[in-house]
Amino acid sequence: MAQAAHAEHAPEHPTSTGLDNRKLLMWLFLGSDCLFFGSLIATYLINYGKSLVGPYPHEILDILVTSVSTFVLLLSSFMFVLSLAAHTRGDYRAFRVWVLCTVILGCTFLGFQVFEFQQFVHEGLTPRTNLFGTTFFTLTGFHGAHVTIGVVWLLSLFFLSLRGKLGPDKNLSVDIAGLYWHFVDVVWIVIFTVIYLSGVVAGTNAAGG
Amino acid sequence: MATAAIARHPAAFWDRVWMWLTTVDHKRIGALYGVTAFLFFLLGGTEALFMRLQLMRPEQNMVPPETFNQLFSMHGTTMIFLAIMPLSAAFFNLIIPLQIGARDVAFPRLNAFSYWTFLAGGIMLNTSWFLGGALNAGWFAYSPLTGLTFNPGHGVDFWAISLILLGIASTAAGLNFVVTIVNMRAPGMTLTRMPVFVWMTLVVSFLIVTAFPVITVALIELAFDRAFGFNFFSVTAGSNPILWQHLFWVFGHPEVYILILPAMGIVSEILPTFARKPLFGYMFIVFSGISIGVMGWMVWAHHMFTVGMGPVANTMFTLTTITIAVPTGVKIFNWIGTLWGGSIEYKTAMLFAVGFIAMFIIGGLSGLMHAVSPSDAQQQDTYFIVAHIHYVLFGGSILGIFAGIYYWFPKATGRLLGEGLGKIHFWLTFVGFNVTFMPMHFVGLNGMPRRQSTYAADMGWNLWNMVETIGAFILLASLLVFLYNFFRSGRKGEQAGADPWDARTLEWAIPSPPPEHNFDTIPQVHGRDAFWEQKHPHAAPVPAGGANGQLHPAEHQGGGHEPIHMPNPSYWPLLVSVGLGIAGYGLIYITHRAPGAFSLNWGGLAAIVVGVTFAAISTFGWYKQPAAGPEH
Amino acid sequence: MNGRGRLLPIAAAIGFVGIFLFWILYYGRTPETPQSIFEAAGPVARMQLNLFWWIFWAATIVFIVVELAFVYALFHFRRRSGDPLPAQTHGNMPLEIGWTIAPAIILAIIAVPTVSVLWKVLTLPNEGVRLEVEAVAHQWWWEFNYPSLGIKTANEMHIPAGTVAVIKLESKDVIHSFWIPKLGGKLDMIPGQHNVMWLQGDEPGVYYGQCAEFCGEGHALMRFRAIVDTKEDFDKWTALQKQPAGAPTTGAAAAGRDIFMGKGACAGCHTVRGTDARGPVGPDLTHIGSRLTIAAGIMDNTHDNLAKWIADPEGLKPGNLMGTVITKGKFSSDELNGLASYLGSLK
Repeated sequence: MAQAAHAEHAPEHPTSTGLDNRKLLMWLFLGSDCLFFGSLIATYLINYGKSLVGPYPHEILDILVTSVSTFVLLLSSFMFVLSLAAHTRGDYRAFRVWVLCTVILGCTFLGFQVFEFQQFVHEGLTPRTNLFGTTFFTLTGFHGAHVTIGVVWLLSLFFLSLRGKLGPDKNLSVDIAGLYWHFVDVVWIVIFTVIYLSGVVAGTNAAGG
Repeated sequence: MATAAIARHPAAFWDRVWMWLTTVDHKRIGALYGVTAFLFFLLGGTEALFMRLQLMRPEQNMVPPETFNQLFSMHGTTMIFLAIMPLSAAFFNLIIPLQIGARDVAFPRLNAFSYWTFLAGGIMLNTSWFLGGALNAGWFAYSPLTGLTFNPGHGVDFWAISLILLGIASTAAGLNFVVTIVNMRAPGMTLTRMPVFVWMTLVVSFLIVTAFPVITVALIELAFDRAFGFNFFSVTAGSNPILWQHLFWVFGHPEVYILILPAMGIVSEILPTFARKPLFGYMFIVFSGISIGVMGWMVWAHHMFTVGMGPVANTMFTLTTITIAVPTGVKIFNWIGTLWGGSIEYKTAMLFAVGFIAMFIIGGLSGLMHAVSPSDAQQQDTYFIVAHIHYVLFGGSILGIFAGIYYWFPKATGRLLGEGLGKIHFWLTFVGFNVTFMPMHFVGLNGMPRRQSTYAADMGWNLWNMVETIGAFILLASLLVFLYNFFRSGRKGEQAGADPWDARTLEWAIPSPPPEHNFDTIPQVHGRDAFWEQKHPHAAPVPAGGANGQLHPAEHQGGGHEPIHMPNPSYWPLLVSVGLGIAGYGLIYITHRAPGAFSLNWGGLAAIVVGVTFAAISTFGWYKQPAAGPEH
Repeated sequence: MNGRGRLLPIAAAIGFVGIFLFWILYYGRTPETPQSIFEAAGPVARMQLNLFWWIFWAATIVFIVVELAFVYALFHFRRRSGDPLPAQTHGNMPLEIGWTIAPAIILAIIAVPTVSVLWKVLTLPNEGVRLEVEAVAHQWWWEFNYPSLGIKTANEMHIPAGTVAVIKLESKDVIHSFWIPKLGGKLDMIPGQHNVMWLQGDEPGVYYGQCAEFCGEGHALMRFRAIVDTKEDFDKWTALQKQPAGAPTTGAAAAGRDIFMGKGACAGCHTVRGTDARGPVGPDLTHIGSRLTIAAGIMDNTHDNLAKWIADPEGLKPGNLMGTVITKGKFSSDELNGLASYLGSLK
């Protein structure tokens, strides 16, 4: 009764909505996480422009570097789409290749973030420096933590697949990990817009006027 | 009898302990929630009694101000997060799977994790009493009073971190119950056939899932400010401390409905049973519950009418707040409609339910009086507000919860709670409650601010403060009666049988206490009040709910023929919670700090590393362990 | 309907509602108390009180109607032996619509005076004489500045009757709330934010005020007095406050002054204008002798109370700053007597 042993993972009972319990759980969790990031972003916006000392956003944000890292993260989402498609059609080798690509791109994004943080600290911006520092590091830091969890999750899928434990009955596990990964990606688009794009635009305006 | 058996067989005792530590059965977890939360309820009540003793007379020095401040801060936090919410959770656990005809919740081990994490948070919060003092800034913890400058002790840290843990526990439970209710209904139980208690649980679970992230962010920001010198609420760095109030009340007002809607659901179950009539205006009660939940998000700043938001904001929040009176009124009118023309039997459960309605009307109307912001400027932060919240949360939630205890105790234990003692309990509670809290309206309007450790003798508040203290002791007496009844009935109470109240919903269709797998065959539901319909097939038809004649998709599947899989017991959820608890203590002590000087505390860091590692390994064990056992 | 009596249900309903109404209406207001909102002594408090009565009576009528119907139903429809199964009614659409719309109409009616008063209270009146006052909250006392008059005092706010006082609220530490119930509702005093409120006293008198936002250990002991003067009294008070402190006239007071400036280290925190005491931390004591109360409204201003307060500030108001400097036993009774005499002489 190997399948009964994993009843929670592969339900035999049809659910009332036809949607798998775990997938519904993930959607709800992501909804909850939206409110989490929403509150952090609200904190950032409410304190925007209220720092009493520098460095201020437009002096320190490097839009070029962050555009590259944003592109990297977007690309990783694309890679994951490919890996899920590969898993669905049963091509596990391709699945592992694409998932590894996703992980590598995710790590690259994290590398960019570490580099950026170091750069900022070097230029005199720490979370204690001013309100910008406090809100910036907390918001992007929590996003980075989400990416890190995603990377660990995807890596574990990779290794499970290597050991042959991620067969067709586990397609949903891949699907759910994907929901999370895409969500984290979408959140970054919002953060990128709110912090980087608007920060730099506001800075240009200030410089021009 | 059970205790004698335990004494003779010590091994059996440890087996039982092990059974409780590893249980994933929703009924046992419900019992754990209920007992733990009731102990916290007694603790919070004790804190209140000390406050009432101090305020019995003017200018007393029985409780020093600092202790008094800790008492009221912890009283609020305990009653809200450790008593009312988990008492509601106890009912969710015990009743929801039974009412929707399921064998368990969607994620039994996640459910156990919720309980253990709640317990870890509750214990952590209360250990602060012995580790340098508890929270002393009120349960609302307004910045900057919670800042390091004004609050160097660890009380605020204990509060912040344990509330984050409690938030994790509640969010996990909320997610679990949304999935359970949405996905695990018996065939034929469409949304509009669900009992109202299930509906209210669904609304509350959504509110928990959406409101708790907001307070979690606020708490993280507070903890970071205190532990690392961040500037979220630092006035000297240019921040506005009102940000805390917005984040807190954006969570805090939905939280009020998280506290009251379960009691409304309970009462909506009890009234039809004892009036022998279906709930009047089912759809209106359901929709008013949903709209209360939704509108609860638009009114938070009515807690902040006096912070100087300006006339535009005050007007807006005044209007949104008074609008909530409409769905609340609809609920009350429909309850009266349910009673009208009925054949009402006054068992203790029913007494508490009608007591709830009588008192909630008062609490609702005084709430309307605060919603009117200009006159609220005279009421805000006075005892008038204290009276209001207790009419809502004690006269409302607690009376509703007691109604639920009397109603479902027989289902959970197989024995009835004593009716004679129950009635004494009800009348003592009802009288004691009004004697304690009605005079708070009077002293409030006569200008007595809340959260005062003492007051002058010439203010005209002396008489009613004395009366309030007497009322508090009547409430103590009522609780003692209840406890006696509870223990006595648990052992010697009358056998209840499956359906002692001639009730209407599915949980009464199975034996009391229910077997581990709840239903031998999953029931097929054909309408609202499913069990009543089975018992009275020739009475007036109960509306089917949903589109007429259309079968629910799952209805085609038929029920009851597939093998029964019960979830395996598991200690992994407990171990994950233990890990989180250890990491939580580490977070509290992560730095040695004074304003402007922070250094890493290696002990705290070690505790975080150990705790997180422990939790991670346990999560892995959880993942590896099969969820369900072999066929029965 | 099948022989059920109506008398008992009606009596029970009236009895239940009556007990609550009597209780509320008879005891709810005791206007002679110092912080009662029912004895409005100025236009702001009066507008708020009138609005309160509006809402109160609306709520009371709803309370009477709903609870009467409710308690009547409880008694009238109680089960008797042999009752048949009642009619299984599920609802009634016209009723539902009716009791959804009815509260909405009542609320709409309530909303009109509410919004009107709201704007009147929260916007400064244009006409009339105005006096600007700055109220600054500290843990746990009040500083009052009159920038147009050049006056600085503490724990007692004087305003002339019939004049609009525009009060700027500030806090030096945590959030406090400024509240004089008989003159008007409260407004919070928030560090880093400047709130402005207006009040007016109609008749001369002494009105009690108190901090209404929890502000820490001494919150209960953070009180003050608002004194509404006649125009002449206010001018006299203003003239007095503008003067520097007088020299001590008795031996005890002179000895007290020496301790104040010397051993006592009082001058490190307190200012007495016209002397070397220029401490910026505690209340300005230049004219403390002319105040009604001491220690933020918690004691009458008498010689004995002054001595008691200086002897043990921590015991009388735990957690306050002065208690960290002066511990019990620091001063002998002679020294206390001198200090009290000196402060009492600062009229």
